Amino acid sequence: MSAEPNVRTLTINGEEISARSDQTILEAAREHNIAIPTLCHLEGLSEVGACRLCLVEVKGARRLLPACVTQVAEGMEVTTHNAKIDRYRTMILELFFAERNHVCSVCVANGNCELQSLSLQLGMTHVEIPYQYPQLPVDASHPRFTVDHNRCVLCTRCVRVCAEIEGANTWGVMGRGGQSLVITDLKQPWGDSETCTSCGKCVQVCPTGALFEKGRAGSKVRKHPEFLPYLRIMREGEQP
Amino acid sequence: MSDVKTLATVWLDGCSGCHMSLLDMDERLIELSSQFRLVYSPLVDCKTFPEHVDVTLVEGAVASVDDLKKIRKIREHTRVLVSLGDCALTGNVSAMRNSCGVQLVMLRVYEQNADLQKQVPTVGVPALLERVRPVHEVVPVDVFVPGCPPSADTIYQVLSELLAGKVPTLEGVAHFG
Repeated sequence: MSAEPNVRTLTINGEEISARSDQTILEAAREHNIAIPTLCHLEGLSEVGACRLCLVEVKGARRLLPACVTQVAEGMEVTTHNAKIDRYRTMILELFFAERNHVCSVCVANGNCELQSLSLQLGMTHVEIPYQYPQLPVDASHPRFTVDHNRCVLCTRCVRVCAEIEGANTWGVMGRGGQSLVITDLKQPWGDSETCTSCGKCVQVCPTGALFEKGRAGSKVRKHPEFLPYLRIMREGEQP
Repeated sequence: MSDVKTLATVWLDGCSGCHMSLLDMDERLIELSSQFRLVYSPLVDCKTFPEHVDVTLVEGAVASVDDLKKIRKIREHTRVLVSLGDCALTGNVSAMRNSCGVQLVMLRVYEQNADLQKQVPTVGVPALLERVRPVHEVVPVDVFVPGCPPSADTIYQVLSELLAGKVPTLEGVAHFG
């Protein structure tokens, strides 16, 4: 296998970089310390392009493209930051905040939330879009964990980690658009789920306070999604 | 002292935590005090909002007909209106009732959870709005200061810049919660 045809040369923000042909724009950018904000992306999980925060401009493309699911190509010219992209990203963040009830001050994840940090990082100080205030349930039927749909951003990290890493397939998504909900089994209470192994991986990868361990709040809610890549590497190593 | 600006602070539907944080500036309040005159505030005795105010800090969301009347009048007589804290900015805890509606909240508080004289008060108290709203949904706001409450350091930064005639920007400095 020759390495040569697998290398692609592209520019990101004018900087010439090389990437493997199977890499995404996001992977290539991060390898070169070029920051692109993400929310649904998590190293160790498959990509879904759900949050749209990683939108970048690719010369010749008629719309902005999500960096996490766009493969690099020879001669590609990528821009990760400009006024238009920044405006779109802030708007996406505002939509997240307006869609459900993200009351940071009384959230268990206050101070340890990726949505909250993104608002700081992207300089979003207020939400222009009218808040929806939907009425959403909280399921505390599981002995150790709780799901609070008010804080869910539908990133589906829980769904992916449960299927791809734990192999339990407990989590799924029901409904469409803003009415979507992450559910356990066939929308049974989490505590009644027969497939859930109570491993807690979903809680660790949840970027907000939607999934949390009972009896923990504030600074104790620090999550540890960094275990994922290691787990992956170890398992791949075991394969014959 | 032509550089002395008039300052007002108002307390709509909030917990007064933002005002506490303002007082938490401690000796820095004295440092700034030569630059402003506090003309209207829950902390002073004036009962009517003055004709012209340079800077008004608003704590709290717009939750009642009284809040609505106040904030419209305040906007009209204020040059720079500052939304101070998450309640003013997002509705925050005050707006948590929006998901279930004001009737249910009234019922819960004044009937289901009351032991004596179960009745929803209507006399001498302003009617609550169906929906609690952030200040900028009701009137235009010039400066947004997130935080629950915004830290004393943040308020100091905002106030110093406003008194110096600058428009502070909190982007990348403070976040909700």
